[in-house]
Amino acid sequence: MKHRGLFLLQLGFTLVVCAFLIVPVILSIMAGLTVNYFVGIESGLTLRWVIEVWNGYRDTIFLSIGLSLACLVVTLILGVPAAYVLAKRQTALTRAMEELLVMPVAVPGLATALALIVTYGSLSGFRTSWGFILVGHVLFTLPFMVRSVLAVLSAIDLKTLEEGAASLGAGFWPRFRDIVLPNCRSGILAGSLMVVTLSMGEFNMTWLLHTPFTKTLPVGLADAYASLRLEVGSAYTLVFFLMIMPLLLALQAFAKPRPAKFVAEETE
Amino acid sequence: MTTQAGKPLAIALENCAKTFPDGTRALEPLDFAIHAGETVVFLGPSGCGKTTTLRIIAGLEEPDAGGRVLFDGEDVTRLPIEQRNVGMVFQSYALFPNMTVAGNIGYGLRIRGTQEAALKARVGEMLDMMQIARLADRRIDQLSGGQRQRVALARALAVRPRALLLDEPLTALDAKLRDTLRLDIDSLLRSLGITAIYVTHDQAEAMALGDRIVVMEHGRVAQIGEPREIYQRPATRFVAEFIGTMNRLTGSAKNGVFSCKAGNLPWAEAPANATEILFRPEDIRVAESHEETGLQGTVAAAFFLGDRTRLFVEVGEARPLVIESTARRAFRHGETVRLAIDPRGLVVL
Amino acid sequence: MRHESRRLILLLLPAGIFFAAFFLLPMARLFFIGGSGKTGWAAYAAILTDAHYFSSLLSTLGVATATTAATLAISGISGVFLQRHKFPGNGALVAMLTLPLAFPGVVIGFMVIMLAGRMGLIGQVTQALTGEKLVFAYTMSGLFMGYVYFSIPRTILTVMAAAEKLDPRLEEAARSLGASPWRVVLDVIIPGLKPAFISAGAICFATAVGAFGTAFTLAAKINVLPMVIYTEFTLSANIAMAAALSFVLGIVTWLVLAVARTAAGSSVAAAG
Repeated sequence: MKHRGLFLLQLGFTLVVCAFLIVPVILSIMAGLTVNYFVGIESGLTLRWVIEVWNGYRDTIFLSIGLSLACLVVTLILGVPAAYVLAKRQTALTRAMEELLVMPVAVPGLATALALIVTYGSLSGFRTSWGFILVGHVLFTLPFMVRSVLAVLSAIDLKTLEEGAASLGAGFWPRFRDIVLPNCRSGILAGSLMVVTLSMGEFNMTWLLHTPFTKTLPVGLADAYASLRLEVGSAYTLVFFLMIMPLLLALQAFAKPRPAKFVAEETE
Repeated sequence: MTTQAGKPLAIALENCAKTFPDGTRALEPLDFAIHAGETVVFLGPSGCGKTTTLRIIAGLEEPDAGGRVLFDGEDVTRLPIEQRNVGMVFQSYALFPNMTVAGNIGYGLRIRGTQEAALKARVGEMLDMMQIARLADRRIDQLSGGQRQRVALARALAVRPRALLLDEPLTALDAKLRDTLRLDIDSLLRSLGITAIYVTHDQAEAMALGDRIVVMEHGRVAQIGEPREIYQRPATRFVAEFIGTMNRLTGSAKNGVFSCKAGNLPWAEAPANATEILFRPEDIRVAESHEETGLQGTVAAAFFLGDRTRLFVEVGEARPLVIESTARRAFRHGETVRLAIDPRGLVVL
Repeated sequence: MRHESRRLILLLLPAGIFFAAFFLLPMARLFFIGGSGKTGWAAYAAILTDAHYFSSLLSTLGVATATTAATLAISGISGVFLQRHKFPGNGALVAMLTLPLAFPGVVIGFMVIMLAGRMGLIGQVTQALTGEKLVFAYTMSGLFMGYVYFSIPRTILTVMAAAEKLDPRLEEAARSLGASPWRVVLDVIIPGLKPAFISAGAICFATAVGAFGTAFTLAAKINVLPMVIYTEFTLSANIAMAAALSFVLGIVTWLVLAVARTAAGSSVAAAG
């Protein structure tokens, strides 16, 4: 077969790309479990570094989990209703709003963080609380929730479904509860996964927004990479992987191109 | 079947017009009364204002200022659809994908706070009535088009609405299924005695279902009447040509004879000023060889359809005449045929 | 439906207030602070007039351009390949290629260190082969590698989604007209993927311009704009200059994405 060579060439290339992405992950996991990475795996396997990280950085882990869940709650409260309105009203105003909402993602986190600091940094109670970081995370993750829900709402005939519910006597709020929310469940779920994952890993803003008492996991990671031995950094990374891997796998299931869910209209 | 709660609803539209925000006039001011228990069909091509009228009656659109919608004499113009207690069936069904068939049918009752047992009983009743009991627990995306339409009907009727509004309910279905469901809807509406408003662009559907038909064009009512009246006595050229096939001869009338290129048609009641006469294919036939008719033409095309032959006969007009011939004979292209017209079917506009 | 409009505004209000209070207002303030330093509004021109800032602008744009080109080439080849050929293990490959989808920049910096750092794999291999230890993690090349690593997963997803929508009959038609495989790639596949390339490329570019975590992990010495801003802010305490620079940086990345969105005709998904 003539194209066999081309196929193998592409396969080989793809395998190299795969190795580029996966090998460092494996190396880092190994390093985190090896007694001495410089000597190699012969030095033996140990949980010593993981335990060291757990003892030293436990707080950052809990803070990150709490922060990402709080971020999820806020983006749900702010984002889902906003997405609904944006799906329902396609006016110049709502389109401008949609464009604006995405800006914190387009604009580098560093700039957003600086802007927050120069504006609210003097409110010391707020500046030193984890709420300050939360604000940054919500700004950054909100567009993902909105877009994810908006994508689902735009794919269904929301207007007719709502009219159907209204014709059966359902007012505005019952319609929102019974029709809108259940039908954008998949968008809410995908958006939630994205929000939690991104919040868990957010560093660009958090590095400027955090204080010594509000260190998140990625901040701790940066600390560890800069000042501690490679094995500890690796062990810390391993802990991070363990935390976000389920989220990433779930995200992958959503991101993968899938066949259309609803079959085309057929007749009896 | 006792689906109807009270007596059927009478609906009146007063001076109802609709202008959309972009300035398009979807509906010119309309005054129209729908009698209780009657089935009215709004018929017309897309964009004629029929759906807008239905949506104004439903409460999905508000008429322009000055328009009023009355239900049994009570002004409901400002009442949103959820407070009007009308059942509605949508062209795209609008079934809720997040609920089962039974969930869809019971939704309106649930919103009204119906007791669980009563709700279940009513849903079962509706499932039986629409012959879809075996589908009760299916998801909507597991249903065929015809099944969806039955669910949509059951859902709209479950709450015992005061009127049933149907927006092109059969358009999304294939021809054969459309016939079956049309029959079902017809017997349903007759047995319920409910006031029904039906919107369609399909004249056969309109003729079959409507007690009265409102033909619309460009946001205006072209004619209101019973199906027979609309068909046999169309008020305008548009109505004549939109509904069924219409043949046309141009010429002049004089002394009880209408003269045209095809010849002379004896017609005692011919109005003196008639320059054009219209008639249906069933009112013209190919004359027997011994008949003297005064009209003749040339066969331009002949399609044998089994039970009849559809002839296109050239008579020197803009369009050939269409004739449905049941004669047990073949027609040749170019053959000259003599034509007989039943004067009772003649229409002058 | 006047009530409905009121309710819709009510639903949009929380997000609107939050956004105005914590993004629009701070950004406006950032803009004015940028003009309040020793040099006044000239701070906004400093990115072009000051040799140091200008050189870091150039290297930032350089690394971003290189990242974009490399990522598109790699993801284009692998993405189309994986979409076109379904073989056992295809799913596993896709899973591995998209696994780092949401790794934060700091972690990616560490991945680069694992590969090209002082104790990295590349160093060990080159030492075994040539006796010379190749270490480039802490340079611009390391940063480039990190950004490519970061951008591959999302770009591959975009390319695969676009490749799925390509009509295979177009390729068959081209071949029936006598086009060689290369001409098919050039005349059918690449034009068909263009919108995906534009939108994914814009995200690569914007990320590489604005990202901070990877550079921070690798070294404070790498001369790219986000690091310069960070240094101005923390070490020099030159808040006005940091504000001006980050405002300009924000405008640049936002413009790149906005232009790409118009060019691609479809919505450009936001960067992570």
